[in-house]
Amino acid sequence: MHPRPEPGTPELAFLAELTRVSSRRAFLKWSGVTLGVVAIGCSNDTVGVDGDVSLGSGDTAVLNYAYVLEQLEAAFYDQVSRTLYAGVTAVEQQALLDIRDHEAAHRDFLARTLGPEAVDRLEFDFTNLNFADRADVLGTARTLEDLGVAAYNGAGALLTDSALLAALATIVSVEARHASVIRDFLQPQSAATGFAADDVVDANGLDRAMPPSEVLLAAAPFIPATISSPLP
Amino acid sequence: MSDDSMERAERSLSRRDLLGHGRFAAGLAAAAAVPAAMAVFARTGLAQSGLSAAVVDALNFALRLEYLESELYTRGLAAGGLIPSADRPVFTQIAKHEAAHVALLKSVLGAAAIAKPAIDLTARGAFGDVLSNYVTFKLVAQALEDIGVRAYKGQVGALMGSTVLTTALQIHSVEARHAAEVRRLRGQKGWITANHTDVSLLAPVYAGEEVVEAGPSEAFDEALSMSQVLAIVAPFFP
Repeated sequence: MHPRPEPGTPELAFLAELTRVSSRRAFLKWSGVTLGVVAIGCSNDTVGVDGDVSLGSGDTAVLNYAYVLEQLEAAFYDQVSRTLYAGVTAVEQQALLDIRDHEAAHRDFLARTLGPEAVDRLEFDFTNLNFADRADVLGTARTLEDLGVAAYNGAGALLTDSALLAALATIVSVEARHASVIRDFLQPQSAATGFAADDVVDANGLDRAMPPSEVLLAAAPFIPATISSPLP
Repeated sequence: MSDDSMERAERSLSRRDLLGHGRFAAGLAAAAAVPAAMAVFARTGLAQSGLSAAVVDALNFALRLEYLESELYTRGLAAGGLIPSADRPVFTQIAKHEAAHVALLKSVLGAAAIAKPAIDLTARGAFGDVLSNYVTFKLVAQALEDIGVRAYKGQVGALMGSTVLTTALQIHSVEARHAAEVRRLRGQKGWITANHTDVSLLAPVYAGEEVVEAGPSEAFDEALSMSQVLAIVAPFFP
């Protein structure tokens, strides 16, 4: 288990929360050094730590970027649903199972849309998470959902195909609903730290929009594979 | 409120649906003229804002909806005894965002921004007690947030390639956060299931959500066009 982000430094805390998990591995991976870290449950069909994944170029790269993130979320919630934390309420359980289904649907939609251009199915590393602990599970869910919203918001302007933009728009608002619900589970009906708090919504009433390179860096602790991305 | 009294209030609202629906639906006829009027206004402001006419139209459409939402929350928070103290932080936060959206859109549009229109929060009586009955207030809030999400979503194509697409996406996801929270305050899921609504009067807000090519309905929010949205919200603009 790792400590929650400090209030008052939302930008730094947002990234620190994820990189704290295995910042050394993330740093070394992104500086190009190969590590002999064993991936969890590696098989011939998925890409683990020794694998390279290239997103491709143009709109394909944007979709593959989204596909990687949806794979991550789907894998996370799949694990969550298999080992629900102690004290989960009926409402929480229903929501987490729904979210698991939504993320799988997003993932599969992107896979179908990409067809032969889709990157492989990836392995993910959740070994630093305690799935029996509500705070750890919901805290990670909140981080992933907020990150997903910021990722889609920052990717929209990179697309050249209006049909793809429209399709991704149908997804991002659902991610925002997820984020809102998870945050409400953590801090019910709270303005300060809940559904649309000041740590994610700024003075103009805007949610975050992060460039892909920052998102991939934030997600790196969960992704053993090396992702080659042409995106900004 | 107790569970029993809330349930009674919800049922009595549903019975009023039959009376309200006629007035609500009457707004459909008035909607046709609105986009044309907005487009004329938009072209006169074109030079000042530096944005294309299509982008100005889209942003003024968004601004119209933001004026409406902002009015609902401002008046709701000011109505003594309406919002329970436990829920006030939620609506205070939402109101802060809607006011910020109004200010931001006016700032982006400059002289091309539409002025605040006349607003009837009761939607010609369909929601007569919106400012005196918390159940009704929450219902209207949910409707406006959910339709706001679909409205912004429907404009991303028009904003593509412009300098304001990302900003619109950043507003769109905040409205979705609002929608999910208000839905939960009403005992609903944070996401939309097909075209289901617990109050039939809101059916137009959710029409089309059941048509999904991409996968399970809840996982994907569907867009509405500008004319579709304006038709639905017309009763709020006398």
